[in-house]
Amino acid sequence: MATRGHRARASLRDYRKQLVRSTGLSRVGAAWNELPQPVRTYVPALALITLAVTYPYYVDSLPTNVPLILTFPDMHSAVTILVFTTMAVGLNVVVGYCGLLDLGYVAFYAIGAYTSGWLASGQFQQVKFHLGSVGISHEARGIHISIWLILLIAACITAIGGILIGLPTLRLRGDYLAIVTLGFGEIIPQFFRNGDNLHGFDLTHGTFGINPIDSPGFGTTLHNAIGLPVSYQQEFDAANLFFWTILGLLLLTIFCCIRLRDSRLGRAWIAIREDETAAGAMGIPLMRTKTWAYAIGAFFGGMAGAFIASFNSVATPSQFNFNISVFLLCMVVLGGMGSIWGVVVAGVILSWLNVEGLANIGTWLNNNVFPSGHHIEVAKYQFGIYGIVIVLMMLFRPIGLIPERRRKRELEEGVHDESMYDATHS
Amino acid sequence: MTDGADGDLLIAEDVRKEFGGLIAVNDLDFTIPQRSIVSLIGPNGAGKTTFFNMLTGLYKATSGRIVFDGTDVTRKPPHAITALGVGRTFQNIRLFPQMTALENVLVGMHARLKGGILGSVLGTPRVRREEREAERKAIELLRFAGLGRVEDELAESLAYGDQRRLEVARALATEPKLLLLDEPTAGMNPQETVVFMEFVSKLREERPIAILLIEHDMKVVMGVSQRVTVLDYGEKIAEGTPNEIQKDERVIEAYLGKAATR
Repeated sequence: MATRGHRARASLRDYRKQLVRSTGLSRVGAAWNELPQPVRTYVPALALITLAVTYPYYVDSLPTNVPLILTFPDMHSAVTILVFTTMAVGLNVVVGYCGLLDLGYVAFYAIGAYTSGWLASGQFQQVKFHLGSVGISHEARGIHISIWLILLIAACITAIGGILIGLPTLRLRGDYLAIVTLGFGEIIPQFFRNGDNLHGFDLTHGTFGINPIDSPGFGTTLHNAIGLPVSYQQEFDAANLFFWTILGLLLLTIFCCIRLRDSRLGRAWIAIREDETAAGAMGIPLMRTKTWAYAIGAFFGGMAGAFIASFNSVATPSQFNFNISVFLLCMVVLGGMGSIWGVVVAGVILSWLNVEGLANIGTWLNNNVFPSGHHIEVAKYQFGIYGIVIVLMMLFRPIGLIPERRRKRELEEGVHDESMYDATHS
Repeated sequence: MTDGADGDLLIAEDVRKEFGGLIAVNDLDFTIPQRSIVSLIGPNGAGKTTFFNMLTGLYKATSGRIVFDGTDVTRKPPHAITALGVGRTFQNIRLFPQMTALENVLVGMHARLKGGILGSVLGTPRVRREEREAERKAIELLRFAGLGRVEDELAESLAYGDQRRLEVARALATEPKLLLLDEPTAGMNPQETVVFMEFVSKLREERPIAILLIEHDMKVVMGVSQRVTVLDYGEKIAEGTPNEIQKDERVIEAYLGKAATR
């Protein structure tokens, strides 16, 4: 009986296999799976990176009246999109790897941005300190440190902030942690909003925020030697330079996250996510390991914050509201918690929708679908739309767009007893 | 190395645990000699697992003292106790379901590895060598546990008996001097139980470790244990060799009643 059933199933599988093989697409897929593992890993990544790096060169020749999306993002939007994607990858360490629900990630973004503001602007007129500053007069008052240094300093300060916030809060589990982080996410922007008169000292310049913030650059020496731009802001193609810089930072973030994921620490994070009690019993110091996840998530959040402050040349408290924390969390959930590539894809899509995508789609719908007189401003419904997207995702694909693929050498080394269909759709 | 001349690896003195008004473990004295297999048995709710959880730092004792290998571990957190050399399994299997068998074992090695953040990000030769070495050891452990075939399977997709064995392999990866097994044969059929207990015997023959076994099925522990302690309502009611225990009247009355009359 059992063998007969088995045989029947096997023949069905063979039939299906043939059916799938007879289509051209599957032949391509099969050939692809024959390639050695390094090729399959690096070729798509390299292709994607090349496509991204050369984006400024072909963005102007892309079609402008595309159905539904109208236009592709210009360089200014592209920078913002990548900044948010970088933050999402950072948040993924906290939420995706370690399983800590953090609803206050925007606090790290804000700390990074204000660090940039303090250390690279005329905010503190009382002092005059220059260290590798570019593109501004050497007589300018205030603290002016090179943005390259600030990216690192801001990241470190934010990481320390993460540790300080983490130490009292990470003892909590689940919902309680979410609520406390939510609180910190509110407190810190409020502090920046009201920090313009701390016993007479103007730390944050209140609701106006800090501006102008210096721009990155390489200074005259490097400019004369190998032609690198003196200061981004003075260049004709400033947006392109910012784009390449943030692309580099994003790739650096991805690289670090992948390395960490595959390390002793990364295993400990995932173990905590899977079963905290068992992880403790296996010799993992829970508090320290969770605090590291928090600090590293904060590190990249701070770096991205410092960068965007320099890009916008301003840091104001209104930039940092609760929506951003939720928005970043959506990217992680939508991409597939713990999956770096999933988070990158979801991050790019969601930030694009946020920056200009929804407005574009709305315009297109109004011009082509909705009758005049019944126009709808789609962008106004953005959080409703994200809500629906999340609900649909949770219903139909709760593991995310590109789920975290746990290593399964058996599948990859070609135990192709199962049909291709099963292998690709399981 | 050891505390006292008698070479006891673990000494628990007057250990007590209260949950509100309930006394789960009542001033228990308990020792585990070096390289021995001892068992703790008793009916459900006798306080076996509570005692176990105090040994591993999951619960804090209300009063009393636990000394492991010369160190007072009464107030230490679980990871510190594991680092000192106590490995454990759980009554209800608690593997990391979304990690492979190999990764589960590698997590067990956490306290024995040193790779830090910078070293991991930069991929320094030292960290790479350590990782390679760890992976080799983990595979060895999996083979020892008879899990060589399934090292790349997710823990959740393993057969029940394999999951039990993987838990032991993971506990062994912490390089314990004392291995605590909490009802390891729960849910196994008689045949699986026999195979598993043979594995436990082999374990102690090949490695210099002591084993504390918790069971409520007496038959399981009688064959392998050198000493059996019986708990009932949080109190020790008998202690001795398996033979003595089987003859002890209080044990028969409290626990073996049905089995004795059979």
